[in-house]
Parts: sequence; structure tokens; C-alpha cells
Amino acid sequence: MIRGRAWKLGDDISTDHIAPGRYFHLRNDLEKLAEHLLEDVIEGFAQKINKGDVIVAGKNFGLGSSREHAARIIKIAGISCVIAKSFARIFYRNAINVGLPLVELKETDEINQGDELEVDLERGVVRNLTTGREYRFTPIPKFLLEILKEDGIVNYLKKHGTFPEV
Amino acid sequence: MGKTLTEKIFSEHTGREVKAGEIVLASVDIAMAQDGTGPLMIKEFQELGFKEVKVPKAFLFIDHASPSPRRELSNSQKLMREFGKQMGVVVFDMGDGISHQVLAERFVRPGDLVVGADSHTCTAGGLGAFGTGMGSTDVAIVFGLGKNWFKVPEAIRVVLEGKLPEGVYAKDVILEIARILGSDGATYKALEFQGSCVEGMDVDDRLTISNMAVEVGAKAGLMPSDEKTREYLKKMGREEDYRELKPDPDAIYEQEIVIDVSKLEPLVALPHYVDNVKRVSEVEKEKIKIDQVFIGTCTNGRLKDLEIALKILRKHGKHPDVRLIVGPASRRVYAEALEKGLIKEFVELGAAIIPPGCGPCVGIHLGVMADGERVLSTQNRNFKGRMGNPEGEIYLGSPAVAAAAAVTGYITDPRRLL
Ligand code: SF4
Repeated sequence: MIRGRAWKLGDDISTDHIAPGRYFHLRNDLEKLAEHLLEDVIEGFAQKINKGDVIVAGKNFGLGSSREHAARIIKIAGISCVIAKSFARIFYRNAINVGLPLVELKETDEINQGDELEVDLERGVVRNLTTGREYRFTPIPKFLLEILKEDGIVNYLKKHGTFPEV
Repeated sequence: MGKTLTEKIFSEHTGREVKAGEIVLASVDIAMAQDGTGPLMIKEFQELGFKEVKVPKAFLFIDHASPSPRRELSNSQKLMREFGKQMGVVVFDMGDGISHQVLAERFVRPGDLVVGADSHTCTAGGLGAFGTGMGSTDVAIVFGLGKNWFKVPEAIRVVLEGKLPEGVYAKDVILEIARILGSDGATYKALEFQGSCVEGMDVDDRLTISNMAVEVGAKAGLMPSDEKTREYLKKMGREEDYRELKPDPDAIYEQEIVIDVSKLEPLVALPHYVDNVKRVSEVEKEKIKIDQVFIGTCTNGRLKDLEIALKILRKHGKHPDVRLIVGPASRRVYAEALEKGLIKEFVELGAAIIPPGCGPCVGIHLGVMADGERVLSTQNRNFKGRMGNPEGEIYLGSPAVAAAAAVTGYITDPRRLL
């Protein structure tokens, strides 16, 4: 079960917001790159968050480049899950591959900055412990959940030697 | 039941008949990574314990930060060269050009499945291939296994009818599509282009349109292959790679949009989103001052684009306050532009020519703007900070719109300057 405080972001958060291109030279040092996570959106974001916090965004989160570093540094910075109205395709795939759970939820506007959230991926439930509201989302397809459960595709392939059954 | 081009290509690569919506394991023809994503790809390749590269054509491109502007990058580029030698993977190094352009010139065949650790791998769609961007780990898996999992996307039919008016180009067409669909209008889907405008278009223009399919969230943007494709491949010295490939007439599309291109005007995408598209004729009233113009990138860095820009620039000259940067998309484009005297003209007009590669597009080097400055670029993205400075603004347009801004110093309708 995922539990953490909400950080509210808007629509169309791009990979350039998440991992600014000007830190291109830090791509081999993800811990350092993670210090700059989303800093063009919220100053000092990486320093302000606590381990386990949840990003709650609008539509099309992660649009832009294929840089997997974006999904990775969100995880490295300590975010436990990203909830958004929708995700860009490459980002979605990268997040699953690196073991970062994503939740597609239409009602993100009802969640406020700082709300305490609980996410049950398998059952497809988000609970807002602050407001007492509960939301259902379409659970992640089994194929992808298998990958998430092993903390990403690399661990999955190392352990099972092949892809989950399609 | 008829198939979309997407379904045809995935059927061929999974060895059975597949339909949109299915998750499949498909074999890949071409895989690549660039210097931003390659080092992580190599790390994951090694982490997964792969000993050899199993994909038929695998490449590494040092195009993003090249020649290297700093030590950390030089070190990771060295790692790429070493990996290439060790694994027998060809490394296209500084000066060779942008991955998508080089792949189109030399390797992509109609019907191929192409994956790249770069979101604009969809450019390959211009030749009738299914090209799609993935992350480093996904590409590492393709390098090591020759295949990966895919969800066969549903397709949107984009019908482009009519003839482009004077001063309106392929870039304006894809900006119009971005305006209509928005930056997430085609998420998880493929765009399939058809119609008389597409039929009349050469491959250079098709590449420009396919290149920006990802800007509306699409997984790929495919053109049918036809005589224009054959002509292009012949020019590239590989006519034998040609085959005709079209969607079935009764293919099922998730959605259809029809655009009469003869009604289009020059367009511009305003900061900070690609779908923030306006008519140049309207925007020019605001007298938006431009400090730097960049003509290049995988979207519009081809010979034709340089010619379009020069047509305007040689007539009117460059405004003294505008910095003009020109980046040929590949070594081949550069050589051709030299041969035709285009580079000399640009140089004499006051432009700075940068080596084939991504240049300022990615915000690491070769033209980072100052705080508060505005750039008009022929590239595909204008997100905040994209070109290295979140305090600047990026406007996107065709090479003609870019050239017009370089002439007058503000956003200008190029039709008056033709
Ligand atoms: S030119 Fe720009 S968009 Fe194209 S591959 Fe290079 S950085 Fe990416």
C-alpha cells in the first residue's frame, strides 16, 4: 500500500520540467539530477518533499522526450506514486519499466495540496484520508502490474528470464 | 477485415494477424540510442547480462551534445564509442548528423519496425515504417533480445486534401494538426496520413510531418509508401529497399480528421506549448521581437528547408539585431548544401553554421538564449526551458516563418517576402 502527502501540479508537465535539459551532463549521476527534479515548476521541489509523497497532476503528465531519467529521478527523489488525469505514452512505459507506480484518475482536481493519500494499485482505489473521499480507477493491466511488482522490467527479466505472459 | 498500416506492420513482426489493442511481442528491425539516452541504455544492457546485440540493425548516435561541450559528456561519449567497438555497433559520431535524419537517409525501409531511445523516432514514419520512441531500458532490451512488447495502437486517419498555398509548408500542416488535436489528442494512438496532399508530397516533407506526431502524443505517424518513397530511396542509392505499403481501404480507424490544406496560412506555435498555434498574419500585429533564429533540427534541417529559408533571406538580407543559426540535419545535407553554394550564402548573410546535429534544440550548447530573449526555431518543441533557459521564450515555425523573422526582427508573415 502506498501512502503519502499530495504535491499538486498542473496540466502538461513535460520531461523538460521534470528533468531540465540544461542538466544534460548529470544524466549519468541520477542522484544529482534528482536534486533538480521539477525545479522550474516548484522551486526547491526535491528538497521540499518527504519520502513517500505523491505527485498529483492534471492531464498529459510526462509529455515530451523519451528520457527515462525523468521517471527514474521522480522515484529516486522519494516520490512513491504519480496520480494524473492522463500520462504521455513514453513516460507511462518508462515509469512501469523503472518500477514507478502510476495511477490514471479523472478526479485529481478534488485532491488538495498536502492531502494525505493512500493508493491501492491492485484494487484500483485512491483514498483521500484528509477529506475522507475515495476514488476508483481502472487497475493497471496485469502484464504491467507484474513488472511493477518486481520493481521494474530489468528485475523482472533477470528473475524470470522472459516477459510476463501477454 | 481490413488492416491499418499499423496493424499490417505489427502483424508482419509478430508472425500472426494482430489487431489494435493487443499486447504483442514483436521483433524489431532497427534500434538506436543517442548520447542523452545511450549511456543508460548501455548500463541496462550490461545489467541485464546481455553478451551480444541481437537486433539486425543497431546504432548509436552522438548527435545531442556534439562535439562535446563538457567533460562529463565527453566521458559518456567515450563509453558509447567503446561499447560500439566491443559489440560491433556502428557509432555515428560528431558531424554525422541527427539520428532520425541519418536513419531516414540510410537505413529505414517501408514496413520496418524502428525503435529509438529518442521520442522523435516517429520520423521514420515518413518512409512508411513504424518508428517509435522508447526509454533507455526498453531499447536495451531490444538490443539484447531483438524484440520487445508493444501495445498495437489504434490509428487516427488524418486526411490531408488539396494543394498547399504559396508560402505554406509541411511544418504548417503539422502545426495545424497540433492545433486541432492538442498535445495529448493522439495519446497511445498512431496517426496515419492519407489524401491528395500526402500523395503529392516528397519524403522530406513527409519526414517533417511524421517527426511531430509525438507532439500530439502519438506513438507513431505513418505515411503510405509510394512512388515518392521510391524516388527518395533511389536518390539515397538504395532503391532495392522500396516496397509499396498502404493501409487496406476498409481498415478501421478510431477517428478521422480531414484538413483542406489549400485553406492553410503560415502558422506559429507560441510559448510554451506546441499546440498553442496561431496564424502568423494575426500574431505579426503584436510586433513580437525575435532575438535569435534557428533553422535546423530533425524537423526542418533538410536541404529543402535551407532552400526555403534562403529564398526569403537572399532577397531581403538579415536584420542586424537577429542572430541566425543554421544547422544542417546530417553530413549529407551539409555536403549538398555546400555543393549548391547554400552554406556560402548563409555565411555571407551573417549566419553562424553549426555542425550537423541537434545544436541549440536541446538546450545544452550552441545558442542558449539570454533571460527574457525570444527564439524563433524550426524545431518541434517549445517547452519552457527546452533551449536551456526557462527565462526565455521559444516560437516554432516553418523555415519560411523563421527566415521572415530573421529579415525583419519580429514575427512576420513570410508571404509578403517571397
Ligand atoms: S534535433 Fe532536437 S528534437 Fe531532433 S533529435 Fe535532436 S534534440 Fe531531439
